[in-house]
Amino acid sequence: MKLYLKIWRQKNASTKGQMVDYTLDGVESDMSFLEMLDILNEELISKGEEPVEFDHDCREGICGTCSLMINGRPHGPDSMITVCQLHMRSFNDGDEIVIEPWRAKAFPVIKDLIVDRTAFDRIQQAGGYISVNTSGRPVDANAIPIEKEMADKSFNAATCIGCGACVAACKNASAMLFTSAKVSQFALLPQGQVEAAERVENMVRQMDLEGFGNCTNTGACEIECPKGISLENIARMNREYLSASVKG
Amino acid sequence: MGVLDSREPKGPLANKWTNHKNEIDLVNPANKRNIDIIIVGTGLAGGSAAATLAELGYNVKTFCYQDSPRRAHSIAAQGGVNAAKNYQGDGDSVYRLFYDTVKGGDYRSRESNVYRLAEVSTNIIDQCVAQGVPFAREYGGLLDNRSFGGVLVSRTFYAKGQTGQQLLLGAYAAMNRQIQRGKIKSYTRHEMLDLVLVDGKARGIIARDLVSGKIERHSAHAVVLATGGYGNLFFLSTYCMGANVMAAWKAHKKGAFFANPCFTQIHPTCIPVSGDHQSKLTLMSESLRNDGRIWVPKRLEDAQAIREGKLKPTQLGEEERDYYLERRYPAFGNLVPRDVASRAAKERCDAGFGVNKTGEAVYLDFSAAIMRYGREKALTSGMKDVDDNTIRELGEKIVEAKYGNLFQMYEKIVDENPYKTPMMIYPAVHYTMGGLWVDYNLQTTIPGCYAAGEANFSDHGANRLGASALMQGLADGYFVLPYTIGDYLSDDIRTGPISTDSPEFDAAEKNVTDKLEKLMSGTGIHSVDYYHKKLGKIMWNKCGMSRNAKELKEAIKEIAELRKDFWENVKIPGRPDSKNQELEKAGRVADFLELGELFAKDALERNESCGGHFREEYQTPEGEALRDDENFKFVSAWEYKGEPSDAKLHKEDLVYENIKVKTRSYK
Repeated sequence: MKLYLKIWRQKNASTKGQMVDYTLDGVESDMSFLEMLDILNEELISKGEEPVEFDHDCREGICGTCSLMINGRPHGPDSMITVCQLHMRSFNDGDEIVIEPWRAKAFPVIKDLIVDRTAFDRIQQAGGYISVNTSGRPVDANAIPIEKEMADKSFNAATCIGCGACVAACKNASAMLFTSAKVSQFALLPQGQVEAAERVENMVRQMDLEGFGNCTNTGACEIECPKGISLENIARMNREYLSASVKG
Repeated sequence: MGVLDSREPKGPLANKWTNHKNEIDLVNPANKRNIDIIIVGTGLAGGSAAATLAELGYNVKTFCYQDSPRRAHSIAAQGGVNAAKNYQGDGDSVYRLFYDTVKGGDYRSRESNVYRLAEVSTNIIDQCVAQGVPFAREYGGLLDNRSFGGVLVSRTFYAKGQTGQQLLLGAYAAMNRQIQRGKIKSYTRHEMLDLVLVDGKARGIIARDLVSGKIERHSAHAVVLATGGYGNLFFLSTYCMGANVMAAWKAHKKGAFFANPCFTQIHPTCIPVSGDHQSKLTLMSESLRNDGRIWVPKRLEDAQAIREGKLKPTQLGEEERDYYLERRYPAFGNLVPRDVASRAAKERCDAGFGVNKTGEAVYLDFSAAIMRYGREKALTSGMKDVDDNTIRELGEKIVEAKYGNLFQMYEKIVDENPYKTPMMIYPAVHYTMGGLWVDYNLQTTIPGCYAAGEANFSDHGANRLGASALMQGLADGYFVLPYTIGDYLSDDIRTGPISTDSPEFDAAEKNVTDKLEKLMSGTGIHSVDYYHKKLGKIMWNKCGMSRNAKELKEAIKEIAELRKDFWENVKIPGRPDSKNQELEKAGRVADFLELGELFAKDALERNESCGGHFREEYQTPEGEALRDDENFKFVSAWEYKGEPSDAKLHKEDLVYENIKVKTRSYK
């Protein structure tokens, strides 16, 4: 099939970007979206032009590296997938496709479609862990029994891949879904209880410092999240935060 | 032994690690503050090592090419992590895990290393649970287990099909705690381009900031390479796109021996190749073989009709299907090790029984498991007189709970519903057992340069069993390196900071910038991918699942020619002093073009079939791999001497004192 692509090109963080039009022919329906971009890049290189840079790595939907706004939606038109799992069978011959980087102040553009998501790392560094020594000898694993339902809920929160689609989807560029996923994972486990109050306060503080917006319960984040992270986590984080503030 | 001193501790196997820990030198906590360690790679091995070494008090600098340590490809490991906990009471023990691993690796791993791995495996689970890794649980609140290929016990701990993700996030969290404390300085979007040696010791690296293109010097008292495997030299593989051999290869060129480069794991359960445009292959976890039955049609004409789309697999009855693994290997059935399952699939497809368009796929069928689980669920829920459709629905829900994400992934890629029609699978390159040669302390042949996880060679022999990669990565990082590296560093407490302002750093940096300039200066005609794909074709066709001397010799010649062509005709747009993904790829492919030749040379040298290395000349009348223990019970460790063709072979003889070397049989 033949596609008309409009792609954001930007040299680096300090220069202005613009949309550039490309026409690409010979796209097959069983290609992934990123393989389609590979083919475009091969064409550009053969013409002596600079290829379009985009983030990608595992190409099987788990590393969370790929990050494209496709026709205004993070990870494109399908639900519960990352861009690398999006296949061209979701498009038609002659389609126009608009491809942009994540749009958020806290995610500055590095080049073309690549943005800087290190703010997410800093939120995790502020408290996204259980303070247990790795060189020590912890108790036997089965000495901490956990109700299956709680373990499953914790796992569901822990499956967040940190791609940033929630931020890109949010009109306020809020990182609440991301942050709450980690807060929830530990809040639901006995191991995470001791420092729960400190954790949620520190992570929320860092989230605000990074310039992410507030949550206004629009729910776009949940709809666009490739891993189906639930809004319940935001509610849980708010409860945890409130209880921590009262205690504090 | 020659130059290869494995430094294995003396004494009984079960006491070696304890005795060794008691005898090695320690560094006083106050002195650890004066010692710097560089860790390249932040997956399971690098991340866990960084967290633990920082916690002990060392100053750690970590480097990864990804934008965050959380994205290392360990995250994609699906099935689980082994540990000899014997929670199921099915006869598991440290010895049995050790035995299965050595046997599964076709007796080409180092006995003492593997025993230590089995020994510390139980700590790994305790550690990860304490960190909040949400492993699967039984209704009673205790940890659940499942079994994997090559073993007869249930010792694999898992978190749905995303165990690697959860374990990596655990190590990443532990790293984050140390970053927050200021004990780890994390350099992301950085790539190591050379190792710096001062007085013969590893004392630093030259790295490139992939965003600014700036070349940087970083010094340390020791350097740990935890950079994963080199399976991407096949172009198509289950590796992530950025996985490379750069750091290990640069260390090799500086004196670290490269061991068993030809031992590559071909994984039997991958989604088959669909076309020429394809950039990578996707693995379906081996855990699926617990419940999936593998088959092809019994009759050639049925296989052909399926390929032409005239017949559906569900139309073939039980008696028209050839469950070839159950037929050939009754004891292990669908749970034979990966190398055996892979070869058996290739054998059936080569004989004309393949089931996709290209004839390179077999079925992995869940219908029997779905019905079995459905019936059990109906019984336990007190449902009587239920029809098959209801049973199927109940069964599908149970299979979804176990493997839902894998089924979803399959459906997205292939556009077929695996609950209703059997999955198609085919073997693909998945893991490399070769890597930098290391001694018992995980030190390479360069003093102060260590290799951990998939980047080293020691624990998996010629074939890696399932759920043992995560185990090894975390064992090395959390429990082995933190002890063994101290032994070396105890001599460095008075050294003080290492200056980056030395002739050695000057020379290494010049070497790097010259190479980048050379890559950029060409008036080339072909893209980097053009060369990478060509190399991949040579590797898969002539050094892949089965190899013979004639084709290996051809491969050696073809790779050398391709390498020459690459340096003359590669085309890289853009500039070296800014973000440039083509330049990044070019550097990696340049290394693959050298390693590929050494790989073929190693395969040619090894006149036996062994694990993931199947030489067509050496097989039993039944087509099974024929090992030659008398002549090849050694590790081949290659010393760099210029061109790959000049590499010098050193042998580390493998001694088995505690295990009887037998012919592997899974019948």
